[in-house]
Amino acid sequence: MFVINCPYCGEREQSEFKAGGEAHIVRPKQPTELSDDQWAEYLFMRKNIKGIQYERWNHAHGCRKWFNMVRDTSNDKIKAVYKMGEEPPTE
Amino acid sequence: MKKNLRVKSSKFIDETYRIAFKFNGIKYFGFKGDTLASALLANDIHLVGRSFKYHRPRGIMTAGSEEPNAIVQLHDNSSRTEPNVRATEVEIYEGLEASSQNCWPSVNFDIGGINNFLSPILPAGFYYKTFMWPASFWEKYEYFIRKSAGLGKSPTEPDPDIYEHRYIHCDVLVIGAGISGIIAAKISAKKGFKTLLVDESPYLGGSTISQNSEFFKLNNQTSGSWLEKEIHEIKKIDNLEIKTRTSVAAYHGYNFLLARENLTDHLPIENRKDKTRQRLLKIRAKKVITATGAIERPLIFNNNDRPGILLSSAIKKYADLFGVSCGEKNIFLTNNDSAYETAISLVQKGIKVEAIVDNREQVDSKLLFEIEKNNIKVFRGFTITDTFGYKRINKIQIMQLSKDGQKVIGSKTNLSCDCLGISGGWTPAIHLYTQSGGKLKFREEDQVFIPKNQSVDHLSVGSCNGDMTLNEIITNLLKDLKLFLDINDTGYENIEVLSCFNQSKRNIWLLPSDKNLGKTKPFVDYQNDATAKDIKLALREGFRSIEHVKRYTTTGMGTDQGKLGNMHALGIISETAGAKMDELGTTTFRPPYTPLTFGTIVGRNVGEFFDTFRKTPLHDWHVKNKAKFENVGQWKRAWYYPKINENMHQAVQRESKAARDSAGILDASTLGKIDIQGSDASEFLNRVYTNAWSKLAIGKCRYGLMLNEDGMVYDDGVTTRLEENHYIMTTTTGGAATVMSKLEDYLQTEWPELDVYLTSVTDQFATASVCGPNSKKIISKIFPNLDLSEENFPHMSFKNTKIGNISCRIMRISFTGELSFEINVQANYAKSIWEKCIEAGKEFNITPYGTETMHLLRAEKGFIIVGQDTDATMTPIDLQMDWIVSKKKYDFIGKRSLYRSDTIREDRKQLVGLLTENPKEVLEEGAQIVADIKKLPVEMLGHVTSSYYSPNLDKSIALGVVKGGKNLIGKKLIIPMEDKTINVTVADPVFLDKENKRLNA
Repeated sequence: MFVINCPYCGEREQSEFKAGGEAHIVRPKQPTELSDDQWAEYLFMRKNIKGIQYERWNHAHGCRKWFNMVRDTSNDKIKAVYKMGEEPPTE
Repeated sequence: MKKNLRVKSSKFIDETYRIAFKFNGIKYFGFKGDTLASALLANDIHLVGRSFKYHRPRGIMTAGSEEPNAIVQLHDNSSRTEPNVRATEVEIYEGLEASSQNCWPSVNFDIGGINNFLSPILPAGFYYKTFMWPASFWEKYEYFIRKSAGLGKSPTEPDPDIYEHRYIHCDVLVIGAGISGIIAAKISAKKGFKTLLVDESPYLGGSTISQNSEFFKLNNQTSGSWLEKEIHEIKKIDNLEIKTRTSVAAYHGYNFLLARENLTDHLPIENRKDKTRQRLLKIRAKKVITATGAIERPLIFNNNDRPGILLSSAIKKYADLFGVSCGEKNIFLTNNDSAYETAISLVQKGIKVEAIVDNREQVDSKLLFEIEKNNIKVFRGFTITDTFGYKRINKIQIMQLSKDGQKVIGSKTNLSCDCLGISGGWTPAIHLYTQSGGKLKFREEDQVFIPKNQSVDHLSVGSCNGDMTLNEIITNLLKDLKLFLDINDTGYENIEVLSCFNQSKRNIWLLPSDKNLGKTKPFVDYQNDATAKDIKLALREGFRSIEHVKRYTTTGMGTDQGKLGNMHALGIISETAGAKMDELGTTTFRPPYTPLTFGTIVGRNVGEFFDTFRKTPLHDWHVKNKAKFENVGQWKRAWYYPKINENMHQAVQRESKAARDSAGILDASTLGKIDIQGSDASEFLNRVYTNAWSKLAIGKCRYGLMLNEDGMVYDDGVTTRLEENHYIMTTTTGGAATVMSKLEDYLQTEWPELDVYLTSVTDQFATASVCGPNSKKIISKIFPNLDLSEENFPHMSFKNTKIGNISCRIMRISFTGELSFEINVQANYAKSIWEKCIEAGKEFNITPYGTETMHLLRAEKGFIIVGQDTDATMTPIDLQMDWIVSKKKYDFIGKRSLYRSDTIREDRKQLVGLLTENPKEVLEEGAQIVADIKKLPVEMLGHVTSSYYSPNLDKSIALGVVKGGKNLIGKKLIIPMEDKTINVTVADPVFLDKENKRLNA
């Protein structure tokens, strides 16, 4: 069970959080312009990486804020957490 | 007459405190400090159980948690009975009752013992191979297989004991209080780290504490007495917490560990009342030091499982710690120095050692000199080829090993004995290390798996790290600890260590016999009766992966999880298949390390605390008025209110009729309520609902349908515009939390530019819904100053009003199709408002109704319930609710998905009404709908989602989803049931008052 460093609250137990899938998938601004295939790409296609993965997490039983996390799925080490709208750390 | 084998007093045993206990119904005595195993051995009892498959007599094999054989049932036939308890860990107490498992009628005469003679036809995979055919016979086989499956008996009564969970946070957790653990904990605590030291046994000091030999010394004292002083000192350190009888079960990521602390299992039962029996510790440690030690390996040879055969280290522990001799004529079989240590210890206590059979040809240890001084015969380069004695070993046969160790040569010699100690070297206890994700490497010299690398938050020390001699242990421990804790000194810099243990070892995984392997029984897994033969058979049959061999032969799958024999299984596979141990790897070590009771796992979450439930502020009123409740999400909702002698059907029919004929009242407090404020609130609603919201006037209500991005209906409810930038949204009862979280998600991540704030107010407001043709009269009696005229207060609008000082929000909205008013008040006033409604409605026979009647009334009107009439595959179009999907709005959640090629298919399942041919026949919800039952396979067109008998229409009505249902109105379909088929006609889903006249009655 992780200890997650919420960017708003600090370190908390994983049981306070909810995982929200892959991060940095932007909802298309003009869905009506998209073909079925393009829309399906946004809607259904998600990566399942062994290694560094960018994820969304929600401090559901805390401040209720959504934030992003960089996690190495091969060893579960959390590399970084950062707020929504911020650029992912480069290193 | 049984013998007394208590040979020497021990400071760990209180011989002034005699304890009576029963084993298999017979009374015995032991002393305070004894385990069940040591007390039985003191009474010369070795035979304690029968093996799982062949029912072979088995005895106590070890002195710790790795015990495979001596597992017993405690307090059979009582509510506290517990199966599969290791006799080596049970501390005896007055009144203890234990019995053998897996034997009938008794452990001495066991009918199942016949399996031993049938063993040639019971090889690995016997059950898999035999009971496959004919398939139809399985049900007959199953009865007998189930009877022979499992070892002990589970209790049949509720557990009378109390269990609990506790969180612990510490800087450093040290697992294992042997010499390495004690030193590590002392250094850590003295350096100011908040330290927790745990050990599974009731005392501290591990195997060193009873080490009283001149061959192992620290600062010129025997290692045992040196350690005793250390223990005395650490008990005085403030920031060091010590927990004995505490076994770490699991080591998860981020140094999260679970441990079971035994609090009362060693007490007489009458002293356990009102005390917590076991505690599950949830430990979060900044750093973890495992000092879990090593487990002695057995040796694999023909008939190596007889009672009287023990690990050499166990014999030493019984002698040193408990003052008990395991036999009067002891022989050892070894491939390393450990057995010599034991033999010397026995000799010192005056216990007779007949001989040592050593696989090694060359032995040059200082210990050997001591042995030979005592005239003990040592057979170098020899092995045991067979053993004799059914219920207790009485003789062994030895032969010389060939140079390569694969054969035996020369003549046979028989030696008589009543106890055989075996030692195959040591296996580091790396279980917890690998659970945490640690990787292993194989050390060829002594054929052990050891931790590959240390990390910043975990360190293995002592023999679990592969350090087997006292000087190695101390040197590496101090060196590693300095780095790990980032400290400059340990305080042990000048310690002097004397260790005479020689590490030479001759490792032979499967010792040869003069007999063909097929005629021998070399047990690898004692508990599951897996032999070396079985492993070789599995390899011949093509199994290669260690994980597959394990499952096929059941090696390592008993309650002991193969702590003794797994390494030999690996070794035999490696040799037979020609694979390297390193490449073969180990099986996965999964938690728990030793079994946990269910009580510990669930803790206090039993009975009324099993699952939390939510009550509305009107709950007590419902209880008082004899409501039956149903669970909706976490809520307890009033289901129906039966009168005396009324069944559910009758109650629901009465409630439904009353609501349509005069007046009904429903507790709707469980509906989710979200307060929405901000200058962009209208725009936000436009984006989350399918219909348009910008033009909703202040004081008006609107029904909305919420979709997922995939276009499927997710939730529905009425939202009211309270002010220009202030709305109150209602959600379904079950969906409240997920809707809230989904809306927050979009606000924070997709549309952070919107000025909108969401607050859940579900618990803050209570809702009484008064419906029926007389509802207006009732409301006007309670709120005489409120103008209820059609002009001032039309359908789908809301008013703020007051009763005295209590503010009320009244919505004129309807889920039943009747004229109805929903009164929302601050939750703590709910009861008084509700009672006012009941009082005012008396003259109109106001009838409280529950969720069942609510469902019936809305079904008459064809209103959907999200989650009952929909699953995650229904679009609004499928529900025939095209009217609620805005064509004008550029975008809303799910819009684009409504015209994907899949969602515009004509033959999707669509919501329709269903009327039975016989109006009295009520369909079963979930029943399949078909058109043709003759053409096979029968095509399933859909299923019934809601079904009721409507008292207001006096006929059966149902809703269902049917492929292409919209175009099937008027068509006849069939519902096939187990014993009949029911004819139905597809109908419009609105059965009652399609013109909505009743809303304005």
